Amino acid sequence: MDFKFSTEEETFQNDVNGFLKQELPSDWTGETAYASSDDGWNFNLKMKKKLAEKGWLTLGWPKEYGGMEASIMSQVLFNEQMAYNRAPGIDIWGIKMLAPTLMVHGTEEQKQRFLPPVANGEVQWCQGYSEPGSGSDLASLQTRAEVDGDEYVVNGTKIWTSNGHRADWIILLARTDTDAPKHRGITMLLVDMKTPGISVNPIVNMAGMHEFNQVFFDNVRVPKRNLVGEENRGWYVGATLLDFERSGVQYSAEARRTIDDLVGFIKDNPSSNFDLSGREHLRNRLADMAIETEVSRMISYNIGFMQSQGFVPNKEASICKSFSTEMEQRVAETGMHILGLYGQLTSDSKWAPLRGRIERTFLRHHSATLASGTSEIQRNIIATRGLGLPRA
Amino acid sequence: MDLGFDEVQMLLKNSAREVLEQECPITLVRAMEEDERGFTSELWQNMAELGWLGLSIPEQYGGQGMSFFDLAILLEETGRFLVPGPFFSTVVLSSSILTEYGTESQKSEILPKIANGDLIATVAITEPSATYESNGIQLTATKDGSNYVLNGTKLFVNDAQIADIILVVAKTDDKGDESNGFTVFIVDKNTSGMTITPLDTIASDKQAEIVFESVSISEENVLGEVGKGWDIAKRVIDLGSSAKCIEMLGGADRVLEMTVEYVKDRTQFGRPIGSFQAIQHHCANMATDVEGCRYVAYHAVWRISEGLEAQKEISIAKAWVSDAYRRVCAIGHQSHGAIGFTKEYDLQLYTRRAKAQELAFGDSSYHREIVAQQLGI
Repeated sequence: MDFKFSTEEETFQNDVNGFLKQELPSDWTGETAYASSDDGWNFNLKMKKKLAEKGWLTLGWPKEYGGMEASIMSQVLFNEQMAYNRAPGIDIWGIKMLAPTLMVHGTEEQKQRFLPPVANGEVQWCQGYSEPGSGSDLASLQTRAEVDGDEYVVNGTKIWTSNGHRADWIILLARTDTDAPKHRGITMLLVDMKTPGISVNPIVNMAGMHEFNQVFFDNVRVPKRNLVGEENRGWYVGATLLDFERSGVQYSAEARRTIDDLVGFIKDNPSSNFDLSGREHLRNRLADMAIETEVSRMISYNIGFMQSQGFVPNKEASICKSFSTEMEQRVAETGMHILGLYGQLTSDSKWAPLRGRIERTFLRHHSATLASGTSEIQRNIIATRGLGLPRA
Repeated sequence: MDLGFDEVQMLLKNSAREVLEQECPITLVRAMEEDERGFTSELWQNMAELGWLGLSIPEQYGGQGMSFFDLAILLEETGRFLVPGPFFSTVVLSSSILTEYGTESQKSEILPKIANGDLIATVAITEPSATYESNGIQLTATKDGSNYVLNGTKLFVNDAQIADIILVVAKTDDKGDESNGFTVFIVDKNTSGMTITPLDTIASDKQAEIVFESVSISEENVLGEVGKGWDIAKRVIDLGSSAKCIEMLGGADRVLEMTVEYVKDRTQFGRPIGSFQAIQHHCANMATDVEGCRYVAYHAVWRISEGLEAQKEISIAKAWVSDAYRRVCAIGHQSHGAIGFTKEYDLQLYTRRAKAQELAFGDSSYHREIVAQQLGI
């Protein structure tokens, strides 16, 4: 074993840090819900163009698609630095979902048409998978796509569509065969969000932010050339095992930043309400959070390492997701405990410690154990696929 | 970054597993719990012949000259098979600090004997104060001509009953501190004035009380420098706590494996209990804890092996792994039901040891405090 990064990786890490220091405002504390405000969104777009110029949007893409073909560990480091700095600019749906899927299943025409705008930071994608009646049981989805000449006609609704109100395109899973077993009647379509018949309704989350939407499809006509892979094979196209970095390192990076913010704040306010001396239980909890964060980071590094060796992380990725998102919630709760009465103040208050960031993080992280597969689904995967326990 | 083992390390790991499957069956583990000495000369000699006892001892002293990291790979397997005997005391602790701090004559006298299985050694730090802090050391060594006279009590000393030499941490300056007040002595088992009394412990491991009454030790048997003994004690705690994490990882991994095997096999309500989601999530939580242990434990050991500053990583690992292994055993019991509560079933062998390992070289409270200090809070 060797836990050191290579010289090139370290140099790259410094480049990324230098870039972020230069591009982020000096008082930047990070606004991860950038889709919620026009200012936030515009800054995200600006960062996206700059990252595109650096070639970092396509860090992990193969050279033939204009990517940098950077090592998995470089991608891990990049994602770690971006997350620690809470830097915007990455369209994960375009870069990490659409692009790798097209590289494997897309036609030449689709690759030519869709990949360059993603690489250049000129387009925003969103994901149309979940439905009001299909959450963890995604394959039960009901949105219909029926063939009519050279087109599909789509009817139905998608929900929890992050950035749906900002997106130019949506990656849609729709049912094309209602008689087939549920996994075998689903098709993946790429749909222009400007197509007539699409409407987007905002869903404001409990932190007061507008990231989610419900998207309605009313006789939306999608040309057949926007079909990805084969008809009725959309479930498997969507589940393509991807070679792109999926270490989950962003979780520990975000938690580490929160802990660093808290520690800095405590040190900046000696002999105040926030002083931990005499509050041993809180001091211990904060130390525990630092310990868990390091555990999470090591699990992520190992996933990156496995991928760099050509192994497909399976139970490891689910372990990382469930452990780390639950840890992020514990970190936020610990922060709230430390701040006491002050913890309830929102960012608008002049009294709010750390500009209300802990309060927002505490609220927002309620979704961390739900998004991208709930903790319960992750544990099912660990038990059945990972440990070989029989299915219920 | 490379989180795999190289070819030599894989060979070591695989051969250790093969050998221990043959040579260290659970019947031996159980028999040694009842045995006064707690080990067999047969297994000990076998380990000597395999080169394990001298694994990290330099070649010029009859060892293999491998690293502390390589030694840890072996410990994952000894932890898995609950290998009875003084391997940890003699090889992980004593041979390491003798190599680091011993004089030429001490090294050439002792190390080859450890490597060939002729000498058992242990380290005595803790006392009735039951702490790994230096202020817990009350045993004194008073200069008397060219000798030192030791008075006091050591407690929780592993393998003292069978040790040929005991490395004793003593206070040599009443007003001294960690930088100048302590000295380590190499004490022969036959020195008069020592009374060794075995302790009955949760893990049926071989710990003892040693009472020192005017035990006279020649100054030639000082290890390292007079007054600089706390550096050595601290080194023992660092090596011991990080190496324990690897041993615990091996045990935790086996408990997970036993539990998964059991819940696949055990049928209730007409189907394996492992098909119930409640049990599946227990197992998923165990797998998560084991995965969490692995890389923080190896990270700590790797940093020590590379000679890098490792305090934070050691304490993170020992705090986490101590708690995680205990959780793994507890969920293992819950998943096994009543059968796991019996003496006859093997799970309890791990659970009892997990507690002892958790306590050794600082429990999670001790190491969490160090992490808090490292954070500056």
